[in-house]
Amino acid sequence: MLLIHCPYCDETLPEAEFAYAGEAHIARPADPSALTDEEWRDFLFIRTNARGPHYERWRHIHGCGRFFNACRDTVSDRFLMTYKAGEERPAHATLEAAE
Amino acid sequence: MSRYRIPGMGRVDPARTVRFTFDGRSYTGLRGDTVASALLAHGVHLMGRSFKYHRPRGPVTAGSEEPNALIGTSRGPGRFEPNTRATVQELREGLVAESQNKWPSLKFDIGAVNDRAYMLFSAGFYYKTFMWPRSFWDRVYEPFIRAAAGLGKSPTEADPDSYASRNLHTDVLVIGGGAAGLQAALVAAKSGARVVLVDENPEMGGSLLSDPSVRIDGQGAWAWLADRVAQLRAAGVTLMTRTTAIGYYHQNFVGLVERVADHLDRPPQGAPRERMWHVRARQVVLAQGALEKPLVFDGNDRPGVMLAGAAQTYLNRYGVKVGDIAAVVTSHDSAWYAAFDLADAGARVAAIADTRDRVRQDLVDAARRRGIEVLAGHTATATSGRLRVRSVRVNPVRDGKVGPGREIACDVLLICGGWTPSLHLFSHTKGSLAWDADNRTFLPDRTTEACQIAGAGRGLWGYGPVLEDGMRAGLAAAEALGRTGTPAGAGVEGDRPGTGVTQKELPTDRSAGKAKAFVDYQNDVTAKDIRLAVREGMRSIEHVKRYTTNGMATDQGKMSNINGLMIAADALAKEPPQVGLTTFRPPYTPTSFGAFVGYHKGATFELTRRTPIDPWAEAQGAAFEPVSLWRRAWYFPRAGEDMHAAVARECRMTRASAGMFDASTLGKIEVAGPDATEFMNRMYTNPWTKLAPGRCRYGLLLGEDGFIRDDGVIGRLAQDLFHVTTTTGGAARVLNMMEDYLQTEWPDLDVWLTSTTEQWATVAVNGPNARKVLAPLVEGQDLSDEAFPHMSVAQCTVAGFPARLFRISFTGELGFEINVPARHGLALWTAIHAAGQPYDICPYGTETMHVLRAEKGYIIVGQDTDGTVTPQDAGLDWAIGKAKKDFVGKRSLQRPDIVAPNRKQLVGLLTEDGTRLQEGAQIVLDPNQTLPMTMAGHVTSSYDSVALGRPIAMAVIAGGHGRMGETVHIPMPNGTVRATITSTNFYDPAGERLKA
Repeated sequence: MLLIHCPYCDETLPEAEFAYAGEAHIARPADPSALTDEEWRDFLFIRTNARGPHYERWRHIHGCGRFFNACRDTVSDRFLMTYKAGEERPAHATLEAAE
Repeated sequence: MSRYRIPGMGRVDPARTVRFTFDGRSYTGLRGDTVASALLAHGVHLMGRSFKYHRPRGPVTAGSEEPNALIGTSRGPGRFEPNTRATVQELREGLVAESQNKWPSLKFDIGAVNDRAYMLFSAGFYYKTFMWPRSFWDRVYEPFIRAAAGLGKSPTEADPDSYASRNLHTDVLVIGGGAAGLQAALVAAKSGARVVLVDENPEMGGSLLSDPSVRIDGQGAWAWLADRVAQLRAAGVTLMTRTTAIGYYHQNFVGLVERVADHLDRPPQGAPRERMWHVRARQVVLAQGALEKPLVFDGNDRPGVMLAGAAQTYLNRYGVKVGDIAAVVTSHDSAWYAAFDLADAGARVAAIADTRDRVRQDLVDAARRRGIEVLAGHTATATSGRLRVRSVRVNPVRDGKVGPGREIACDVLLICGGWTPSLHLFSHTKGSLAWDADNRTFLPDRTTEACQIAGAGRGLWGYGPVLEDGMRAGLAAAEALGRTGTPAGAGVEGDRPGTGVTQKELPTDRSAGKAKAFVDYQNDVTAKDIRLAVREGMRSIEHVKRYTTNGMATDQGKMSNINGLMIAADALAKEPPQVGLTTFRPPYTPTSFGAFVGYHKGATFELTRRTPIDPWAEAQGAAFEPVSLWRRAWYFPRAGEDMHAAVARECRMTRASAGMFDASTLGKIEVAGPDATEFMNRMYTNPWTKLAPGRCRYGLLLGEDGFIRDDGVIGRLAQDLFHVTTTTGGAARVLNMMEDYLQTEWPDLDVWLTSTTEQWATVAVNGPNARKVLAPLVEGQDLSDEAFPHMSVAQCTVAGFPARLFRISFTGELGFEINVPARHGLALWTAIHAAGQPYDICPYGTETMHVLRAEKGYIIVGQDTDGTVTPQDAGLDWAIGKAKKDFVGKRSLQRPDIVAPNRKQLVGLLTEDGTRLQEGAQIVLDPNQTLPMTMAGHVTSSYDSVALGRPIAMAVIAGGHGRMGETVHIPMPNGTVRATITSTNFYDPAGERLKA
């Protein structure tokens, strides 16, 4: 049972309160009709499947209900940091400091 | 007093006799005994048969790592447990124990022919022996394997016991109550930290319980132990015995299982059998000690062959002498002390054979003083004795050459191949291990958790170094918590230091190919099997493990992994760390399902959601079905009706006059705000801008991939307010999806989403007389077709309650759905039921709802769609707002594979001979094609239709929309059924009845 820090509640809480919501920083294109089939395919289906730090979305579904972003190391399953939706993807230096 | 019990020794209570039975025979033991120690006190070593060869076996250990002495235990109906370790199970009054893997009896077992057919059952026999002829697999091999497979008997009755579950938060969790753990716990507690100390045994002490001659701080070991436990209590440490740490998970989350009742003569009423503790500790100290390894040589598994440390434990802790004449074969100093204790207790120790050429002189002298013959530089090459060891054959080894053998008579053979640090929990955390080349063992290296490892788990030996290390770990834990600990030294006299060497299988002067030199006792894996696996191409230790099953038994190779690795490494001519070690996984020891299940069984398995109208349905004797977590009325049988008759009647009465249905489980979401219309336009396929307040529309929700996710009728109550309904099972998913887009893609939209599923109770009234039933109850809304046409919504009063009234239909009949605040749901229902009596109104359940909607071809998302169905596939392209620039999933409707021809499309099916098809049945276009046939699609819905007088079905069929009128074939076990493709709109295709 992981402990996850909700950046909105500013509390570290058990994983059971949260739901995973896929890879982060994949914005829906403003005008999907302008995309080629290949570009749309990539938006729909192509994910990084990172080994190591992975930027992903979580929802504090049994808490405040907010979606937020996290960087989790897929090797150690450790959360390196969590941050609010809409914030910039943190640089690696920031992650190392957080760790 | 039983023959092998030594008065005055052990921690058992000689004044308290406990009676039990083993294989139907009565025995007595003492309070404090385990089943194994009590049987050994009577000279009984034979406790079971092995798994594969059915070889006679006795206990080799005195602890939870025991691979052989597995027994069935029971205490009345439903309370049978297979594979209980006799070395762990404490004696209780009236305990019934039985041996396993034997027939007809433990002493004479037919299955032991496997032992003679040894050559057939070598590594990988599974893959080789049963290959041919193919036809033998179903009738001969598989039944044989199934009958022979398995360990012990499965219980056949429901477990009547209860199991508890608790959470625990602490500063420091110390796992293992031996010398190191006791020190760590005390030092940490004295720094002011909250400390929990757990141990799997009935009492704290670890190996101190087996080493009473050691003196610590001027006291005997047991006096020191009692004093230390008292100090821990005084310091506020929580002491938990009979508690096994089964798994170590992320962020210092540790699972503990406490055995609450199995050792009690009569458990208190209502007491749980076991209790699972979910512990979150800021610091963990692993002080789990080390496990003794056997030596690998021919016949090292006979009853009477046991680990030297186990014999020492039986002697000192239980006062049981494991035999009259002992022989010892060892590669570690520790076995020498075990031999000395036995000799001092009056047993004859014939000889100590040590595989090492040179042994510490003080040990040799101490042995000779006791009249024990010392044989350094020796190997063991055989044992004799069928149900009990009678002798061991030892040979000198000089310069790698095995000399002539010599038989040493004995009735117990003590073996010791060194000790393996117990790092299972450490491995659960993915902590890395480092190979200690000097001691040829793996030691903990890098930790991933906030944890300390202390004592024999770090390869330390002797009480002095271990106590010191426990103190160090306690100080480190305190410091990590920002506290300051005080060092607490402990002076040890009469310590028992020791070293040893790690061996592969022992050298022999006989054919190694014929040796039954066991590495894994529980799975009957021999050294020969491991070498064979390497010869046959296995290179990775993971492959060797799976091919031979070494370490795959319920003991997870606690005793066998390192010996197996040594042999595999030798066969591969590599160093052990290059071959690697297999991964340990939770649980540390076998754990009952009950402990995991806890409270989640029976009525508390999962929650049951009930609508406000549920009590009425129950009082009417409705049959119920689970729908997601809801309990829904399925049908309302009248006297003498079965399901088929009840559903037929409900369908008939509803179409003839009026029916009423509890639709409260429908998901409901309120979409409100200035940008509500824009939000709805973006989420749903349909256009919403021009939908006037007071009107509703069937809404279709796609995923971004273009496939149907959900549907439901959506009413517009005001410019800025939509009442969205979803499928019963989809409510939470749809709200989650809406929230996702609103929060992360369109945070600029001013919209609020509120789940109102449980705030509204919903009653559907359908049938030609629906208006007549309802009209007298409605205030504030004219129900006439002109004033309130199909697809209208109004806020008004129904039966005196504020209501949202919809004119919609999921049956094809004139229909209304009335939503009132949930607390009025039951009153609304009874009011409508009373008002409907003149019209013979019929309450109907979900089955009739399904039939009526299928007659109209209305889909159920998740039944007629499966996550790969587009609006076009389902015949719902009319629901798409084609003029809209964008909505979720719109772009995907142009994807090449979505616009490709011959996609599976939803159609109706009518069978030619009136057979009702099975949902899920596969459909083919040509029944005479060669096997395997090409599937064209499958049946999604199928019902008997009263209105049509025949069964109807819906199906998805490749290119189905272009195949109207064609015949397809549904091959079933009793013949192929022919069916015609039709429209899905079977009943009243013009929709006249809606407008009634």
